[in-house]
Amino acid sequence: MKNPLKVLSAVAATAALALGLSACGGGGSSPQASSDTITYWASDQGNSLDDTAAKLKPTLDRFTEKTGVKVQLEVISWTDLYNRILTAVTSGDGPDVLNIGNTWAVTLQETGAFEPVEGELLEAVGGKDRFLKTSWSTGGAEGKTPTSVPLYGLAYNMYYNTKLFKEAGIEKAPTTWDEFVADAKKLTKDTNGDGKPDQWGFTAAGASVSANSHQAFVRGLQNGGTLFDAGGKPTFDSDPQVEGVKQFVDLMATDKVMSPSDAELSQGSQKVDNLINGKAAMMFDQSPLKNFAARDFKDWGVAPIPMMTAGATGERGTQSHVAGINLSVFKNSDNKANAIKLAAFLTSDEEQIALNKAYSSLPVVTAASSDPAFQTEEVKAKNDALANHSLPMPLIAKEGQMETLTGTAIKNLFAKAATGTVSEDDIRAALKDANNQMAAAQ
Amino acid sequence: MSHSALDSGPAAAGSPAAVDPEPGQKRAASTPPVRKRLRSFLPYGLILPAAILELLIHIGPMLLGIWIAFISLTQLNLTNWLNAPFVGLQNFINGLNPDSTIGQAFFSTVGRTLGYTILVVGFSWVLGMAGAVFLSSNFRGRALLRTFFLVPYALPAYVGTIAWAFMFNQRDGAVNQILVDTLHLFGDERPFWLLGQNSFGAMVIVNVWQLWPFAFLMLMAALQNVPTDVYEAAAIDGATLWQQFRRITLPMVRPANGVLLMVMSLWTFNQFNVPFVLFGATSPKEATLISPLIYQNSFGSWNFGLGGAMSVLLLIALFIASAFYIRMVLPKGADND
Repeated sequence: MKNPLKVLSAVAATAALALGLSACGGGGSSPQASSDTITYWASDQGNSLDDTAAKLKPTLDRFTEKTGVKVQLEVISWTDLYNRILTAVTSGDGPDVLNIGNTWAVTLQETGAFEPVEGELLEAVGGKDRFLKTSWSTGGAEGKTPTSVPLYGLAYNMYYNTKLFKEAGIEKAPTTWDEFVADAKKLTKDTNGDGKPDQWGFTAAGASVSANSHQAFVRGLQNGGTLFDAGGKPTFDSDPQVEGVKQFVDLMATDKVMSPSDAELSQGSQKVDNLINGKAAMMFDQSPLKNFAARDFKDWGVAPIPMMTAGATGERGTQSHVAGINLSVFKNSDNKANAIKLAAFLTSDEEQIALNKAYSSLPVVTAASSDPAFQTEEVKAKNDALANHSLPMPLIAKEGQMETLTGTAIKNLFAKAATGTVSEDDIRAALKDANNQMAAAQ
Repeated sequence: MSHSALDSGPAAAGSPAAVDPEPGQKRAASTPPVRKRLRSFLPYGLILPAAILELLIHIGPMLLGIWIAFISLTQLNLTNWLNAPFVGLQNFINGLNPDSTIGQAFFSTVGRTLGYTILVVGFSWVLGMAGAVFLSSNFRGRALLRTFFLVPYALPAYVGTIAWAFMFNQRDGAVNQILVDTLHLFGDERPFWLLGQNSFGAMVIVNVWQLWPFAFLMLMAALQNVPTDVYEAAAIDGATLWQQFRRITLPMVRPANGVLLMVMSLWTFNQFNVPFVLFGATSPKEATLISPLIYQNSFGSWNFGLGGAMSVLLLIALFIASAFYIRMVLPKGADND
């Protein structure tokens, strides 16, 4: 009797412990890596999660061959990435190495969950002078040790369907906002004679929170506004900001050059589909070329994002934020030595050329930029935008919240435009709500 | 404990060979003290694993959630949350201030969630009851139909909801294909189902679709216990089907109904999966429920303290409502039956 009881309680206790532990470890946990395996969360840079993984595989294979370290890869879509990172930070249970949108760098830096880029890590990636200055500046807040290393560089440009342009008799891409709206109206057509447009001048992922927030930033600056005042207080509802957001939302609400269906699109690749299919003529994007190539689409052109006045410079000449993807090493990694090795490998000259070519993004190290692969018209346009017409999204700790709040406000405004009408007061009220929530969160 | 009493009882009273005048000593001799102590500990030992699990899985996180409601937890102190500053009731004040954006959103969301719960539970119950009554009579193909009814319940919730999200898509979804292209309703305009006003209705439909098989299953089980001769007697007395339903079926399934309605209401009030899969991280304003609102406050604006405070308010409200319901509505046990 004594022994069975002992056995029973031992079994029960073990079971309780095991269940308890597995319950705690549920959710975003990664499988326990052995010493020669590290986990890597990659952002979706291809035209699908599988495509991203396939394009990353040769690089990771070369890494394993060189170092003997295996990489357990997970590609995460942009809609989930921010929350997945946050969950990992909260639980302290994340991958060894991960991608972050560079605009989140300061926000994530504040959590203290990532390895500062200094000492061994800084040495491994070859020091900061290897990198483009603008890209390196997105690694963290000014004056602080960065916690992320640039990996891919990006910038917004306008891409258009040349066939539809030709059909509408438009010879060159619009340069000012007024020209852009006028051209978009010419390109919005009823092609099947049912009295409703089925070809639209412009397309955007109206439900993509981060893409919307980028437009709030750019359009605000072009109109002479800012998202935060000099004292760091949010000014989402200032007159120029409202005007900027109104221009963007009006493309659907009053200019009627954007399909109401776009209000439901949450993935950038869906708008690229619209352009390829000829359902829309223009879009703002950072790197659609891999989608074009995958679909064998050749009728595309690229031009700078239209500005309020031609030739504008400084803040009013902003066409893009300093976009890109950075790489961080998780502080809680049990495998830091190998994680650092991967960071160094992914930012090496050869892999920078291979990866940025595959994803149609820009190398972030100067040595790779001169490769012939990056001398195309499209890359030059991107380079010009990045070098001369971009500003980093506000480098503040609450950047992530700002993106969520402004992006969601615009998402809701597009929804309103799709199902009814949107007035200037609606826009002001939505931005004011976002502003109040931002202020409360500070 | 009752075991040890039974064991020692006859031994103490009955044995004729009881020479020893001290009953206590005798008992001790027949049951070794170690074993006796073990036996009295046995019941506690057996519930210990469950108690530990309960503590780990339920009580612990709940207390943690309550603590978070009283601190200012943001990304600045997330990894070191034990040192987050204590702010007392500030999070509750922010969440409940009807003049602030956050407070207004909270109150309108609570109202909307209540309406949502009533609609979803109501429709689910009516459908479940109709299905159960329908299938309680014997006919060919009954088993097949029963399996068919249970499909939504057997399907993983995520899969079912994502299929609905595809169907409700404005441009290429099956709902608009049928309603607009085939039946030519709504004129030329393809309505949006996942944006604006319609999103609330779409969410109700998906949730009812998921929930009603549960009501059906529970009520069908309850109906099995109603003896058929009661119905036969009622039929002979000339009771109509409606009278039979009202006077026999409803009272007979009352105990099951009580539990069913409460459980369904709690689930629906806390609903998170359906809106999250249908709309993504942020629901349309017209369809924001309380759980997604808490999620948005916590993970959208990274204001975990506020999210925690709203969770605590929700917990208190549900606790009061449940306690009230259990006292007033549920059968009081043996003395009532």
